[in-house]
Amino acid sequence: MDPLEIARWQFGITTVYHFLMVPLTIGLGFVVACLQTAWVVKKKPEYLRMTKFWGKLFLINFIMGVATGIVQEFQFGMAWSEYSRFVGDVFGAPLAMEALLAFFVESTFLGLWIFGWNRLPKLVHLACIWAASLATILSAYFILVANSWMQHPVGVEIQDGRAVMTDAWAVFTNNTALVTFPHTIFGAFAVAGGFLLGISWYHLYRRRAEGIDTVDAEGRVVVGEAPKLGAARDKTDYKVWIKSLRIGAVVAMVAFTGVAFSGHAQAQLMIQQQPMKMAAAEAACHDGTGFSVLAVGDLSAKGQTDCSNIVAVFELPGLLSFLAHEDFTTPVRGVNSLLPEYQEKYGTHLPNDPIYGERAGEEINYLPVMEVTYWGFRLMITFGGMAAVAAAIALWTTRKGTVYNNKWISRLAVFGILAPFAANSAGWVFTEMGRQPFVVAPNPSMSGVDQVFMYTAAAVSPGVTAGELLFSLIGLGLIYLVLLVVEVKLLFRYVRGGIPSAMPELAQKSGSEGTKNNDEQDNDVLAFAY
Amino acid sequence: MEFLPTLWFVVIAVLWIGYLFLEGFDLGVGMLMSTFAKDERQRRVLLNTIGPVWDGNEVWLLTAGGATFAAFPHWYASLFSALYIPLTLVLMGLIFRAVAIEYRGKAHREATRRLWTVALSGGSFVAAFGVGAMLALTTTGLPLNENGDRVGGPFVWLNGYAVMGGIAVVAFCLIHALAFVMLKTDGDLRVRARKVLSVWLPLGLLPLAAWAILVVVQNQKLLPWLALAVAVVALVAAWLLVRRSKEGLAFVSLALFLVAGAAAIFWAAYPVVLPSTLDAAFDLTIDNASSSPYTLQLMSIVAAFGVPLVLAYQGWTYWVFRKRVSERHIPEAHAVEPIVEVLQKAK
Ligand code: HDD
Ligand code: HEM
Ligand code: HEM
Repeated sequence: MDPLEIARWQFGITTVYHFLMVPLTIGLGFVVACLQTAWVVKKKPEYLRMTKFWGKLFLINFIMGVATGIVQEFQFGMAWSEYSRFVGDVFGAPLAMEALLAFFVESTFLGLWIFGWNRLPKLVHLACIWAASLATILSAYFILVANSWMQHPVGVEIQDGRAVMTDAWAVFTNNTALVTFPHTIFGAFAVAGGFLLGISWYHLYRRRAEGIDTVDAEGRVVVGEAPKLGAARDKTDYKVWIKSLRIGAVVAMVAFTGVAFSGHAQAQLMIQQQPMKMAAAEAACHDGTGFSVLAVGDLSAKGQTDCSNIVAVFELPGLLSFLAHEDFTTPVRGVNSLLPEYQEKYGTHLPNDPIYGERAGEEINYLPVMEVTYWGFRLMITFGGMAAVAAAIALWTTRKGTVYNNKWISRLAVFGILAPFAANSAGWVFTEMGRQPFVVAPNPSMSGVDQVFMYTAAAVSPGVTAGELLFSLIGLGLIYLVLLVVEVKLLFRYVRGGIPSAMPELAQKSGSEGTKNNDEQDNDVLAFAY
Repeated sequence: MEFLPTLWFVVIAVLWIGYLFLEGFDLGVGMLMSTFAKDERQRRVLLNTIGPVWDGNEVWLLTAGGATFAAFPHWYASLFSALYIPLTLVLMGLIFRAVAIEYRGKAHREATRRLWTVALSGGSFVAAFGVGAMLALTTTGLPLNENGDRVGGPFVWLNGYAVMGGIAVVAFCLIHALAFVMLKTDGDLRVRARKVLSVWLPLGLLPLAAWAILVVVQNQKLLPWLALAVAVVALVAAWLLVRRSKEGLAFVSLALFLVAGAAAIFWAAYPVVLPSTLDAAFDLTIDNASSSPYTLQLMSIVAAFGVPLVLAYQGWTYWVFRKRVSERHIPEAHAVEPIVEVLQKAK
C-alpha cells in the first residue's frame, strides 16, 4: 500500500466527518443564543423551552465536534510532516490563534453556560452563550484563513526552500478567505435552518396525528392540550414548535441566498486563481460560456490527460460566463487549453528529488478527478437549492398554524434535515479534491509568490510507514463509525422525548417554572448537564 | 541565543505545564471514576467536579500543539510524525474521554453507563500515559536523521524513558486528582481522598521527580538543580500539609512541585527541543527548528494579548464554580426514555 494514498483517505474522511458536526455547531449555537436573548427580553416561557431543547441537541453535537477536531489539529504533524515543515511559518499562525483566541473562549464559556443556569445572573449567563457562539464563528475564520492560504498562497516568500511569512495582513485578508468565510458560515446556517425545520415539523405532525391539535373549517389550527401530560404537551409546547419551524424556514432561506451570492464570488475568484478546478468542475474541455447541467462520457478515464471524450448533453448557455465574469459572452477556459499552460509553467514531471519517494520523476497529471469535481459542484448546489425550496414550501403551508396530517410529507422533513449536510460535504470534497495535484496550489496572479506551491506527493511524512497510517485510518474510522451511530441515536431519543427531555423538571412538577428553592434549582442544572 | 525563539520556548513550556496542571486533575478524576468511587452517586460527584472546566483545560493541549506548529514547525513535524502510533492512541483516548463525559449521563441502561465509565477511565489513562511518554522522549531524544525524520520502525521510540514518562504523568495525575477531589467535594470522598494521599503522595510523585533528576543530571547545568530542589521541598511540604489536613495549601504545594519540576526539565533541555539519538548534529534546537522572526513577532503580540485574557476568564470560571460538590447535590438520574414512554402510552 502507498502511504500517500492512505494519508489522503484518512485526511479526507476525518475532515469530512469533522465537518458534519461543525456546521451544526456554528449554526445552531447562534440560533440558541438568539432564542435565549428572546427569552431574556420577552420573558415568554416558550423561548426558555426552545433555548433548552435546542441547546441540548446543540451540546450533544458539540462534543463530537470537539472530539474530532483534536484529531485534525495533530494530523498535520503526524501524517503530513513535510507539509508542516514547508508551510509551518505561515500556516501554523492561524492554527495557533484559533486555539488561543477562539477555542479557549468557546470551551470555557460553554462550560459556564451549561452549569451556569440559575447560578449566574441572567445577563451574564446570556453573555456566555453569545461568547461561545461568536467564538465558533471566529474559529471558522481562522481555520478558513489557513485553508484559503493552501488554495491561494499570499504574503510569503521562499527562504531555504520553505514558505516564510512576509506580510501577515495579506494572509489574514486573503481574498479567497474573505469569500470562503461567508460561504461556509451561510452553509452552516443552512444546516441549522433545516435542522430546526425538520424536527419541528415532526413534532407538529405528531400533535396532529395524536389529535392534540385539530383544524377547523377554515383550515386554521385549533391548539389543544394533551390531558394528564401537563407541561409535556401543552399550548406552550405547540408555540415552541411552530415558532421553531418558522424561524428555521427563514434561516434556511436567508442562508441559501447568502450561499448563492458568496458562491458566485468564489467562482469568480476561482477562474483566476485555480482555473483548472473550474474547468474540471464543469467537465469543460473547450473554452465556452455555458453551464453544464449534464455531461456524458468517461469522466474518470484512467490516466486521463485530456478530455476529448466528454460531451455536454445539456448546457445553459451563457450561465457559466455570468457566474465567472458577470457577462454572457466572455468564454471560460477549458481543460484542453489550460493543460499545456500548466505543463509549461510547472513542468511535466515531478523533479528527481527524494522528497517524492517512489514518485520522483513521474509524470504530473494536472487534471483533478473530474467525476468528483463535476458532481461535487452539482450536488452542493442541488441539495442546497432543494432544501431552500423545501423551506419556502414549509413556510407557505404552515401559514395557518399547523402542518399537513400526512405521514409522507413528514418523512420528507428528514430529507430536509440531511440535504444541507450533504451540500456541505460535497462542497468541501469539491474544493479540496479540485486542488489536486497540489496541496498548496500555485498563485498565478502574483509574480514572486507564484513559485510557492507544493505537490501533495511531497507533503506526506517520509518516516511514517503505510502500516502506521493504516492502523490509524482503520482505528479512527471504526471509532468514528460507532460514535456516529451513538450520536444519531442520542439525538433521535432527545428529539422524540421532546421538550421534557431537556427540561425534566417540567415533567416532574408540571407547570411550576421558576418557583423553586436553591437545591431544586441545582438539581435542574445538573440534570441539564451531566 | 536569540531572544524570540527563547521566548517561544518558554511560552511552550508554560503551555505544557499549564496543561499538566489543569488537565492533570481532569485525567486523574477520569481514572478515579473506575477505581476510587464506590457507587454511581460518587461517580457523578467526581464527574461534576470537572464538568464545567474540563473542555477549557483540554484546549491547553491544543494550544501547546498549535503554538509548537507556529513557532517551531520542525519540532512539531518531527515529534508528531516520529511518535505516530502513541499519538494516535492519545487521540483515541481523548476522543473516548470527551464523548464519554458528555454522553455517560444520557445513557439509560446500566450496562451502557458502565461502558461509558470504562471509556472515560481508559481514555484518560491512555491519554495521560501517551502524553507522558511523548514529553519524556522530547527530553531524552529519538532516532532522527538530518531531515528530522524517524529512522527505524514504528516502535523504535518504545524504551525505558517512554515508559518512565508515561508512568510519571499517570501517577502525577492520580495524586493531583485526589488533591483536587479533597478540595472540591464534601463527605466520604473528601475524607477518603485525604486518607489515600497521606500515605501515597510521595510515592506517586516519585516517578516524575526521577525523570526530572535524570534529565537534569544528563545536561549538567546549575540552575535546573535549583528548580529541582524547590520541587523536592514542595513535595515534602505537600505531604506534610495533607497529613495536617491543610487542603488548600497542600494543593498549592503540589502545584509548586509540578511547576518547579517541569521547569527543571525544560530548563535542562534548553536550547535543544528534540535531541537526535543518532547524531548530536541532527538535534533540533530553538535555532534550527524555529519560525522566522517575523512570524514569532506576530505570535508574540497575539500571545501577549491572548494569554492574560485566557488566564483571566478561566480563573473567573473556577471562582464561579468554587462551591464544593457533594452527594447531596446529585439528583436522581432521570433518563429521557420514561417521558417518551409516557407519551407513547398516551397515544
Ligand atoms: C468552518 C469551520 C471549521 C473548519 C473548516 C474546521 N473546523 Fe474544527 N471546529 C470548528 C470549526 C471548523 C468549530 C465550529 O469551532 C468546532 C466544531 C465543534 C466545536 O466544538 O468547535 C471545531 C472544533 C475543533 C477542535 C476542538 C476545539 C475544542 O476543544 O473546543 C479542534 C482542535 C479543531 N476543530 C481543529 C480543526 C482543524 C485542524 C481543522 C482543519 C483541518 C478544522 N478544525 C476544520
Ligand atoms: C472541514 C472541512 C474540510 C473538508 C471537508 C476537507 C476535505 C478534504 C478532503 C476530501 C481531502 C482529500 C483530498 C484528496 O484526497 O484528494 C482533503 C485533503 C486535505 N485538506 Fe481538506 N478539508 C477541509 C478543511 C481543510 C482545512 C481547513 C485545511 C487546512 C487548514 C485542510 C487541509 C487539507 C490537507 C493538508 C489535505 C491533505 C492533502 C490532500 O490530500 O490534498 N482541509 N481535505
Ligand atoms: C448557488 C449555489 C452555490 C454556488 C454557486 C456555490 C459555489 C461554490 C464554489 C465555487 C465553491 C468552491 C470554492 C473554492 O474551491 O475555492 C464552493 C465551495 C463550498 N460550498 Fe458552495 N456554492 C453554492 C451552494 C452551496 C450550498 C447550498 C452549500 C451548503 C449548504 C455550500 C457549501 C459549500 C462548502 C462547505 C464549500 C467548501 C468550502 C469553501 O470553499 O467555501 N455551497 N461553493
